[in-house]
Amino acid sequence: MLRTWRQRITITDIFVWAIGLSIAGVVIWGSISTLLQGQYPGKVWLDLSIKGLALGGVYALIAMGYTMVYGILKMINFAHSEVFMSGPFTAVFVAQALSKSGFLNRQPVISLAIISLVSMGVPTLIAILLERICYRPLRNAPRLVPLITAIGASFFLLYVFRGLYGSGSFGYPAITSLEQSWAFAGIQIYKTQVAVIVGAVVMMLVLFGMVQWTKIGKAMRAVSEDKEAAELMGINVDRIIVFTFGVGGASAGAAGVLYTLLFPVVNFYMGFFPGIKAFTAAVLGGIGNVPGAFLGAIILGLLESVGPNLFLTGLGVPSPSQLKDAIAFIVLVLILIFRPTGILGERISRDKA
Amino acid sequence: MKSKSSYWVKTLQNGLIGGGISLLLGLVGMALAFGKTYIISGVITMGQIFILSPFLFEAYLSVRRAPSKEPRSLFLVGGLSGLVGGALLAAFVLIGEVVNFRAVLVNASPNLFALLTFNLSLVPGILVLLGVSLVTGLIAAGVFLLPERIRAALSQAVMVVVLLGLFRDLIVTVMLRWGVVQYAFLWMFAASGLKIIGALVIFVLISGLVYWSKGRDRKAIALKRSPRQQRVTRWSTLGVLGLLVLLLPVILGSYFSEILDNVGIYILMGLGLNIVVGFAGLLDLGYVAFYAIGAYTLGILTTSEAVGLLHISFWLATPVALVVAVAFGVILGLPILKMRGDYLAIVTLGFGEIIRIVVLSDWLKPILGGSEGIQLIGKPVIGPLVLANQQQLYYLILIGIILAGFISIRLKDSHLGRSWMALREDEDVAEAMGINKVVTKLLAFAMGALFSGLGGALFATKIGSVYPQSFSFIVSINILSLIIIGGMGSIPGVFVGGLALVGLPLLLSQFADFRYLIYGAVLVIMMLMKPEGLAPEARRRLELHEDAVGPGPGEKPQSVIKNPER
Repeated sequence: MLRTWRQRITITDIFVWAIGLSIAGVVIWGSISTLLQGQYPGKVWLDLSIKGLALGGVYALIAMGYTMVYGILKMINFAHSEVFMSGPFTAVFVAQALSKSGFLNRQPVISLAIISLVSMGVPTLIAILLERICYRPLRNAPRLVPLITAIGASFFLLYVFRGLYGSGSFGYPAITSLEQSWAFAGIQIYKTQVAVIVGAVVMMLVLFGMVQWTKIGKAMRAVSEDKEAAELMGINVDRIIVFTFGVGGASAGAAGVLYTLLFPVVNFYMGFFPGIKAFTAAVLGGIGNVPGAFLGAIILGLLESVGPNLFLTGLGVPSPSQLKDAIAFIVLVLILIFRPTGILGERISRDKA
Repeated sequence: MKSKSSYWVKTLQNGLIGGGISLLLGLVGMALAFGKTYIISGVITMGQIFILSPFLFEAYLSVRRAPSKEPRSLFLVGGLSGLVGGALLAAFVLIGEVVNFRAVLVNASPNLFALLTFNLSLVPGILVLLGVSLVTGLIAAGVFLLPERIRAALSQAVMVVVLLGLFRDLIVTVMLRWGVVQYAFLWMFAASGLKIIGALVIFVLISGLVYWSKGRDRKAIALKRSPRQQRVTRWSTLGVLGLLVLLLPVILGSYFSEILDNVGIYILMGLGLNIVVGFAGLLDLGYVAFYAIGAYTLGILTTSEAVGLLHISFWLATPVALVVAVAFGVILGLPILKMRGDYLAIVTLGFGEIIRIVVLSDWLKPILGGSEGIQLIGKPVIGPLVLANQQQLYYLILIGIILAGFISIRLKDSHLGRSWMALREDEDVAEAMGINKVVTKLLAFAMGALFSGLGGALFATKIGSVYPQSFSFIVSINILSLIIIGGMGSIPGVFVGGLALVGLPLLLSQFADFRYLIYGAVLVIMMLMKPEGLAPEARRRLELHEDAVGPGPGEKPQSVIKNPER
């Protein structure tokens, strides 16, 4: 406390800041030279931004599961990416059956509701089972133990689903009434993108409202603040934790429905990258913070969709979109190094990082 | 405390869980993969064992928790639990008659139904299924009623029989190399699994042996020996073991040497990760990055293809590869010094993935070959001898393991090793005690990277080519699982884990598909039941079972441990 800033700075800090500054330099230099080259017209950027917004919406819903569980149990639910995968990977069979019978295009709204129900129900169930079997017995164990359990559970679920449904990819049937697009200011806006963005925003508002204004949301916040005190106040902590896992699973399932509107192919390993990116989004916004997760997800979606072309084209990197997954990881690493509390996360002390 | 009625509910629950587990094993495809693998020829297959063993396990659990211990009610409980599980499977079979599960579940094939109904038609099949599950439950109760010594003898004998039957093909292949000796063993094997008479003989032999050895007090006998005798026994066991390890490739032939090489490389990396995770408590999920760096550095330095940078010999390139790997270990370690636990895990995972994605991209293709990788990597040459085949490379890998093992053992109780463990237990306290956190942590990352880089270099020269696909996240999980199985921080544990987790799936091709499923299950089960591992380190065992021992004078008070967040 009494040391001056000169004494506090160590070699590692200098090294870390040097890395950070050089990455910032590369990003700025790359963006400027890309824009100067003028390879892409303005509407390409707009187009990419809309894609990024839709993607961000999906990430936001997956991130809810991470952020709420972290808020309460202070652990990363590593298996959440598989919880996410379980929904759309199961619902694809429902969708295919509906499409075969012709019901899908006759009653798209009811069909989507049925698909969503399945896609949200399965992850909810799995998340609750996960909590009951894997995490509850380990609530007081040393910290590495539940983390390793979560990694194991993640692999177990991944390969159980591979065993159940096979290792192939399945296509979601297209819904004809969502296939059209609007031409707007020279760019194409697809109905699916609009549906995804609207769906994500509505879901986020519902979740935010639930956490903020309902009784159970209040209980959730109380448990995440202080488990013992909450218990003394008559809150059934176990039930709140189960509920949190359930809500996280359901919102991951909803994300799954939206995800399949954007990328209509599902397979057993589809969860890994969206899961990691959603986690990045949750950390970016400040883990444990619901609006933060939304903000972080939108930023990450935009970065991922616009970033590779903007930062890397000017540097002469061939096919920059191959590196879009690396961008998410670099964002994750940078945010954890420089601001582990995230953009909005002031509440959680720096000790947790 | 609990009323009897709630106990019956529990029994039903256990039965349903058992049925659920065996249904899952069936639907995931494990039972079918082993459906033709006879353990005892013409009597029972491994697939059937997979279906029935959950019943046995759950029934045993029910029986063990039963309130009254009189035989009649125990048999009732066990039988009921088994029957409920069987009923679940029977219900599945019945519904499968009407609904086509196969449209969704790939493994719900006619073969699975045939396996569940014992190749009979519907009604007799279901009756037999119910009967067999009832008997399985009764057996569980019977096993519980046996005295401890007999129970141990019988269960170990069953295990040996199952293992012999399961590995029948491998054992026969190895024995065919042995000349006359084979006739002493081959008689007991059928075309698949053991002959009935062979199984019986083995069962009686092993159970007798175990029963006899349980009766002796080994420690007392060992104590009776003089120190000199003890030393002689120890050294001669070590000598025999050493000789065996040296001769293994010659005894087993090239197919098994290939497996040994793979196991060896994983053990080598496991020793490295054991330092990072086990000693220093830093959960590194991007460990594969250093493996990739070692392999690629060796690749671009020794390949005779156009993509490489230099064309030097293996012996010159390996030190360079190690230096590069260590350098990356330090560079990647620096920014994450302040992180702990889960964040550290996910950032290292990120590093591993970034390296894989960058290697795969077109950007570095001129140097690293992109998705086509690097081929024609140089083999190690000693004078006129080229170490090209798997048997010769085995010795190279063995030297690597001995080196890594020696370094690990020496480091463990050194000043550095103790600093690592102090950091693992409590970072803040360790720092307050004067441990330099930066240097200590970086040394852990560097040591880990060193062994992993060596593993990568050996892997590259063994395969002769490197591809980015070989360095996915799954390799990190693989290594992590093997050190967790063996026990974090335990050096013998790495060997146990390596043999069990890498060796077994390679030996049994049917397992290969379910390898990661089993890894996942193993990680969860180990953490829930035995977090210290199969060959635990003494200190770790103490730490994880603190509740049983109670806090000693020098340990942290319990409340702090219960709430690691505060």
